[in-house]
Amino acid sequence: MTNVLVCIKRVPDSSGEVLLTDDQQGVDGRYVGFTVSNHESCAVELAVQTVEATGGTVTLLTVGPSEATEQLRDTLALGCQAAVLVEAEPTRLGPADVAREIAHVVREKEAEGTTYDLILLGNDAADSGDFQVGIRLAHALGRPVVNGVSTVEVADGHLTARGDGPDGEETYSPPLPAIATVLEGGVEPRYPTLRGRMAAKKVQIETRPLSAEPVGASRVRLLLPPPAPSTVEVLGEGPEAAGAVADLFGKLGVTR
Amino acid sequence: MILVLVETENGAASEISLETLAFARALAAEGGGIAIRAVVVGAVENRDALAAELGTHGAAEVHHAVGEAFTSYAGAAWAAALQAIRESTGSVVVTAAGSPRGNEVLAHLAARLDVPMAANATAFQGLAPFVVTRQVVGGAAMEEMTLDQRPAILTVAGHSWAASPVSGASPAAWVEVTPEVAESDLLARVVSTGTKEVDHSGSLKSAKVVVGAGRGAGGADGFGAVAELAELLGGAVGVSRVVTSLGWRPHHEQVGQTGSRISPDLYIPCGISGAIQHWAGCASSKTILAINTDPEAPMMTKANYSVVGDMHEVLPAIIEELKSRGVRG
Repeated sequence: MTNVLVCIKRVPDSSGEVLLTDDQQGVDGRYVGFTVSNHESCAVELAVQTVEATGGTVTLLTVGPSEATEQLRDTLALGCQAAVLVEAEPTRLGPADVAREIAHVVREKEAEGTTYDLILLGNDAADSGDFQVGIRLAHALGRPVVNGVSTVEVADGHLTARGDGPDGEETYSPPLPAIATVLEGGVEPRYPTLRGRMAAKKVQIETRPLSAEPVGASRVRLLLPPPAPSTVEVLGEGPEAAGAVADLFGKLGVTR
Repeated sequence: MILVLVETENGAASEISLETLAFARALAAEGGGIAIRAVVVGAVENRDALAAELGTHGAAEVHHAVGEAFTSYAGAAWAAALQAIRESTGSVVVTAAGSPRGNEVLAHLAARLDVPMAANATAFQGLAPFVVTRQVVGGAAMEEMTLDQRPAILTVAGHSWAASPVSGASPAAWVEVTPEVAESDLLARVVSTGTKEVDHSGSLKSAKVVVGAGRGAGGADGFGAVAELAELLGGAVGVSRVVTSLGWRPHHEQVGQTGSRISPDLYIPCGISGAIQHWAGCASSKTILAINTDPEAPMMTKANYSVVGDMHEVLPAIIEELKSRGVRG
């Protein structure tokens, strides 16, 4: 039996053009739609696989606006059993706030008798790119954390987590309860089934307020990098361009 | 004092750590000549060579943390070492490369000290207030962020600064330290390391030429000419996310926001439209030659050079042309 908590974040889809809100405090998702990051999709898949192997439950948690229920419902449909929304205006929060709010929920659940043996998060948020929420959470809860893993396995009271290191694949084996942040690439996220979608509709999403006044992100403003002027030189069309390409290689010194 | 966590690679400082030292030197100069200390954790193969190298890149001293706790990597243990050295040196800024290790260790330090951390900074604007610019949305946008607590903790985005050695600098003085590490900081430590795969992303990240391919490859068997051209140019193959999602190529070849960030002399994306996530991974390339059937694809307008055409026709023609000119890889 493993109780897994997966933390996800509603983020603007950044696969197309990135737009900023008028106050330059956030990324504008109104026209591009919202999603969860690839890292988090993989974290959810790892959680569902873990519970399939050991029994237990997968609970989702997000700290964000009420609209994030959309991402919670979509993700519930993949085989998760419960969901918690800590409702907050995302631009008011910094990474320390998000970690504190997650820790608060974990502690309260523990007081009610539910311990999350494994907490999974994405390695970094797709929008704010802070690279620290999982680690701050581990620090707040006094639990070990493994960063940037692609696979996890739970057995004999330990987490076995693997990820890419500078010298090859690294294995970590901390005792449970433990925390891991996930990098995309180790598993292929599944698609929801019709049955999963029906089950997700019936789950009561637990909504909670913030537990403390946020300290914020110390953000002055967001900026878009100036668009590089297009100075593309067209070398030609089709196979006839091969000569011009070879000339370019010579000029750049890449053909030794 | 500015503390710079330095990662090593085959005994020498990693390139991105040297870039971070260049950032630290600019910061030190802005502050009227603040001293820079490097921190190295764990085994060092050649102390004299590393001291000379770090001296050349601006560090007056190297604080080397040694002990059983550092025989295999644990992010929290490294942060404990950095915290002890930070306290003994009274450093007001602690920085590291925006690498997986750098971001991890500094996040641990920021959590322990309960101060903010700025990940992937590319620039700073003045010291009072200390405002840094950093990459967000995978490099598609920037954030200006105030770091008003001390120590200011930040990592420096790869390729945002150029490593710049100073000629005639003295080797850094070597200070060995044995920081205490709590048992709890060693619970999540590396217990085994596999052997590095051949053609791992390491070679992709350091390749001078990268030949990229996207959906336009058409299938798992559509990469023959891509690999051949890469070999002919002594380069590596890099692919877009769709290619790894479809299982055509392994994930370690992926270039982009959630793959490798590359900065080769020449990047040749073939049949890659150039979505933001991919661009985030290749924007630091010195020259880009895009090959695509669609002249309006974002990659084709952002590139320095383009060839309009089907990669399956253009690449074999280029390979043939190179061979006829005597290029043999």
